[in-house]
Amino acid sequence: MTQQTILLDPTAERAPSARPRLARPATLDGLTVGLLDISKARGNVFLDRVDERLAALGIAVKRYRKPTFTRVAPTALKQQIAGECQVVVEGLAD
Amino acid sequence: MTPLPDGLILVAKRECPTCALVEPLLAELAGGQPLTVYAQDDPGYGNGMAKVIDDRSLEHSYRLNIEVVPTLIRVEGGHEVERTYGWHRDDWRRISGHAGLGAQLPPLRPGCGSRTLDPGIAEQLAIRYGDVRFASRAIALGDAEDAIEACYERGWTDGLPVVPPTRERVLRMLQGSTRRPDEVIGMAPPDLAPCTVEKVAINAVMAGCKPEYMPLVLAAVEAALVDEFGMHGVLCTTMFAGPVVIINGPAAKAVGMNSGVNALGQGNRANATIGRALQLVIRNVGGGRPGEVDRATLGNPGKYSFCFAEAEDSAWEPLSVERGFARSASTVTLFAGEGVQGIVDQKSRTPESLAKSFALCLRAVDHPKLAMAGDALLVVSPEHSRVFIEAGWSKARLRDELTALLTFPADDMLAGAGGIAEGLPAALAGKAVPKFRPGGLLLVRAGGGAGLFSAVIAGWAASGPTGSTPVTREIAT
Repeated sequence: MTQQTILLDPTAERAPSARPRLARPATLDGLTVGLLDISKARGNVFLDRVDERLAALGIAVKRYRKPTFTRVAPTALKQQIAGECQVVVEGLAD
Repeated sequence: MTPLPDGLILVAKRECPTCALVEPLLAELAGGQPLTVYAQDDPGYGNGMAKVIDDRSLEHSYRLNIEVVPTLIRVEGGHEVERTYGWHRDDWRRISGHAGLGAQLPPLRPGCGSRTLDPGIAEQLAIRYGDVRFASRAIALGDAEDAIEACYERGWTDGLPVVPPTRERVLRMLQGSTRRPDEVIGMAPPDLAPCTVEKVAINAVMAGCKPEYMPLVLAAVEAALVDEFGMHGVLCTTMFAGPVVIINGPAAKAVGMNSGVNALGQGNRANATIGRALQLVIRNVGGGRPGEVDRATLGNPGKYSFCFAEAEDSAWEPLSVERGFARSASTVTLFAGEGVQGIVDQKSRTPESLAKSFALCLRAVDHPKLAMAGDALLVVSPEHSRVFIEAGWSKARLRDELTALLTFPADDMLAGAGGIAEGLPAALAGKAVPKFRPGGLLLVRAGGGAGLFSAVIAGWAASGPTGSTPVTREIAT
């Protein structure tokens, strides 16, 4: 067991040391929503329904699929999603 | 830590030959008064002849301030009465009260260094057991978190990896200066956050500095935080400029700075990291990040780090002396500069010809049709400076000649003249204008011994009181 690494903050400490999550968009108007199927059973059912609801609102949707839920997404897929969408929804459990 | 045990304390390590020499005496020492042995490396030291405490953590040795092993201490009523180190037979007999101790041993053997003083250990012990306190927030990383990646994630880097600022490294960095860690050396723009010596040390660690660079880094940061330098403007401008750091005096040589071959380039730790430390302070303490307050259209690669030393020559006054400091003083001069524009003149053998070459090239600063906007730093190589020095031209003479050569009729430079819309305002028609404002041309000698090349480092086009004025500060300890 190695000793825990402790670093000293080089900044003026005006932001909390625990980094906040990215701010959620106030509206989805004009944004593209990615729906990521992680290849877990019946995740597609959930995402199909989300897709229908978003489409009814006139919001652009793109669909993606990870090869397997047991591994992190391949780099190329992550880069593609980051390049094409501003918001991502994924279904995590069956 | 429990109070000192009364009786005798012996601190030893197995690998020390003198500690091994006195090991057989432990049985005799333990008879009579209590004996406590602290073993720095091997708890089996003493072969069962005395109560041995495993001090591989070095906590006891650190608290006892041990510098040499073996050290023998006599304690009475919880207080140290006397100590000796190494093997001095008479001292050991007096302290232990055993009159015949070590009769078979030589009278004197020096000891070995305590493990508490091994390289890199002292800072760890000071943090673990000493009274070292940092004002800066401690950030604990996850067990599996890579420290260098964590620095990226938190936005602390300039794009290159930084050295993770652990407490041990920061403590060592602080030891490079005599200044108190909580001393505020100025307000760092753009956020105008108080910049302490400790914050500078943290950023100097990240930049890759050695502790001995601290006085130079502190002077550079101090100079950047002086109002005349206008660091806020240098940072937020859409133009190219960033702080160029020029070091003069014995400090440059002392820390091994490069003023010779490739002086403006890569490869020297002090040059690379001192300039980088300044930029990291502005980024992290000041909050000045590209795309936020730093609005540079293009920037320049010197904004990672731009720092070099002058190749001082007895025949030419160093920049520091020209700026009012003694030749023996070490100084940092900050110049808000852009990139490097080479001057290739391999044919001039007279100062007149070479000065004209320089003037022609200097005219291009900002734009050949602009004047009194950006300052300039002219870096004269040794082979070029020799042309002037052999002809008896001082630096001041060269500057005067350049000033004359760089005074032009405004008519050629007016907006629209020559079919170019850029240019000076029409109000200057009929007048002669100097290319640079008074004091706006700095001369420095640097570079390798071969090459009839010099360089222009153009200044920020808002040079002078409205924007940035070069600032020189003496380097203190």
